[in-house]
Amino acid sequence: MIVRIMGEGQVQIADGDLGVLNELDSELEAAIEADDEPEFRDKLHALLDKVRHVGKALPDDSLEPSELILPPADASIEEVREMLGDSGLIPG
Amino acid sequence: MSVMKRLSMIFKSKANKALDKMEDPRETLDYSYQRQLELLQKVRRGVADVATSRKRVELQINQIEQQSSRLEDQGRKALSVGREDLAREALSRRSSLQTQIADLRVQHDNLQAEEEKLTTASQRLQAKVDSFRHKKETIKATYTAAEAQTRINEAFSGISEEMGDVGLAIQRAEDKTAQMQARAGAIDELLASGALDDFSGSRNDDIQAELDRMGGGRDVELELARMKAELGQGPAPQPSLEQGQPQAQPQSQTQQLRQPGEPA
Repeated sequence: MIVRIMGEGQVQIADGDLGVLNELDSELEAAIEADDEPEFRDKLHALLDKVRHVGKALPDDSLEPSELILPPADASIEEVREMLGDSGLIPG
Repeated sequence: MSVMKRLSMIFKSKANKALDKMEDPRETLDYSYQRQLELLQKVRRGVADVATSRKRVELQINQIEQQSSRLEDQGRKALSVGREDLAREALSRRSSLQTQIADLRVQHDNLQAEEEKLTTASQRLQAKVDSFRHKKETIKATYTAAEAQTRINEAFSGISEEMGDVGLAIQRAEDKTAQMQARAGAIDELLASGALDDFSGSRNDDIQAELDRMGGGRDVELELARMKAELGQGPAPQPSLEQGQPQAQPQSQTQQLRQPGEPA
């Protein structure tokens, strides 16, 4: 499965690693819903660290769409909320 | 639905919207390739803008460091002539400059990190654009509507996602750079207004003026003493600044740093 970390590029992860990523992703989602910036930052970094750890970087010239996409490491809770709201933050 | 999945769907829907606008897939390929080249140009401009901001901050750090060093020298000189009040004022001003320098260093590091990120993104996008161009030409050369559509969609989705990602990185870099430009502009104004000392020495510097006055007064006294000695009217002068009391009276109050906009 291909995962993109925005601003960093794409990595290939094994299906077996998906379970732990989904758990961390759910915690991240809960932090966004609770509007808890410190918790959000912790969970986002935990998730990104895990993806970087288990993932293998794709070559620069690959043209594969990603199945999962993660916000950039320095994104704020507000930015991520805007991205998820599809309010034009991501250029078309 | 999870954050990862939702973001992925948003990217995909943007790519699909762009694809749906095109009737002939070959047009889509050419149009997309043009957009990619435009974005590459924009990314390169973005890298150059961030680099310019970084250099500007570097210049400001250097200027303020020179001022800081000058104030330290003044403090030492003031102390050597027994003017602890002047030395304290010089060191207090130096301390506020050190804070400015620390703040500018943080800005500098942020800009450098942004520049590195954009440079990497630019290289990655360049590789993908080259790859897309090859794929596009192959598809067009062997074009038949039915079989080409799937391959076009795959290639297009991949490059479109990258463009969205890099496009957002550029937007964010522009925002951050604009904030730092504003701060850099504020520092330039402080330098220009004299709230931060003009390191060129062209501005009237009250600490230096006081030291110069003391030095000047001392020179006059030394010259007078030397003349008296020549005429046999007194002992030979002791030229050491460390000896004796300063000629100028200490100011009752050291001047405060001028605020921006205050008259010099």
